[in-house]
Amino acid sequence: MSRPRPEPMQVVKQRRDAALAALVHGVPYINFLGIEFDRRGDELTAILPYDDKLIGNPMLPALHGGVTSAFLEVTAIIGLSWAIMWDKMESGALDPISLGPENLPRLPKTIDFTVDFLRSGLPRDAYARARVNRSGRRYASVHVEGWQDQRDRLFAQATGHFLMPENGG
Amino acid sequence: MDNTKIKMARQFIEAIPHAQALSMRLDELEEGVAQISMPYDEKLVGDPETGVIHGGAVSVLMDTCGGAAVMSHPGAGAGTATIDLRIDYMRPATPGQRISARAECYHMTRSVAFVRAVATDEDTARPVASASGAFTVERLPGKKP
Repeated sequence: MSRPRPEPMQVVKQRRDAALAALVHGVPYINFLGIEFDRRGDELTAILPYDDKLIGNPMLPALHGGVTSAFLEVTAIIGLSWAIMWDKMESGALDPISLGPENLPRLPKTIDFTVDFLRSGLPRDAYARARVNRSGRRYASVHVEGWQDQRDRLFAQATGHFLMPENGG
Repeated sequence: MDNTKIKMARQFIEAIPHAQALSMRLDELEEGVAQISMPYDEKLVGDPETGVIHGGAVSVLMDTCGGAAVMSHPGAGAGTATIDLRIDYMRPATPGQRISARAECYHMTRSVAFVRAVATDEDTARPVASASGAFTVERLPGKKP
């Protein structure tokens, strides 16, 4: 018995990136804020590129607290959806190439979301990563950390609870 | 009632770039209470299948409204910043309808303002979301509490 030859790396990468792009860019609000996702294997980092329209306090200036909150919530939702999709892609249950605007996976719904604002958001790019602490059949709990220049100096963190999509998205 | 404070708070809120990006309108501002609304907009959609607005856009409205309520409070100083904010999403907002938030600063200490807020669409009897948060109280320079 010989193991099947692994797929060429480029094919695997292309498939994963296409799946992520379909997931992220299918949501108008994510495009409005300009959020992008950087993928390393299954790990995602959300990037919020600075834009003048994201300012909430023009005197300081500082990012709008609501924008920070929205950025972390987007990171949590995409992080959770991606975790669900990843398992399905790897098992072959989902063909990411067939994903288009018409047949995107259903997204989890936010039940509640709590944000700690640790420092004021500086007028520059922000980053965030989500960690799924619990993902059950119906509910999930996700923690998100947001930072700007220094990874270990968080400017905001959040915890949210989510209702899982029916039939697992 | 301190009209200059209300006037200053109104000017500040109307100058917020991100509030303008979402076409927010300050509908009411009195001592410690604010009402702000924003129109439905396709660019704010979070679920492309249903056209429902993203929770993040609702949290921007809630945060802005909470900050406005704090700034209009007689005990508040020049500005404010959010310390923490929790939002409960009770139901999806109906696509096409204007969303309105009403926030109340129900308690204020020398350093912290406590705020509750509720958001509704045109069906005002069934809230879309509720929020509670703590905001900083900025002291005016040279003014001892």
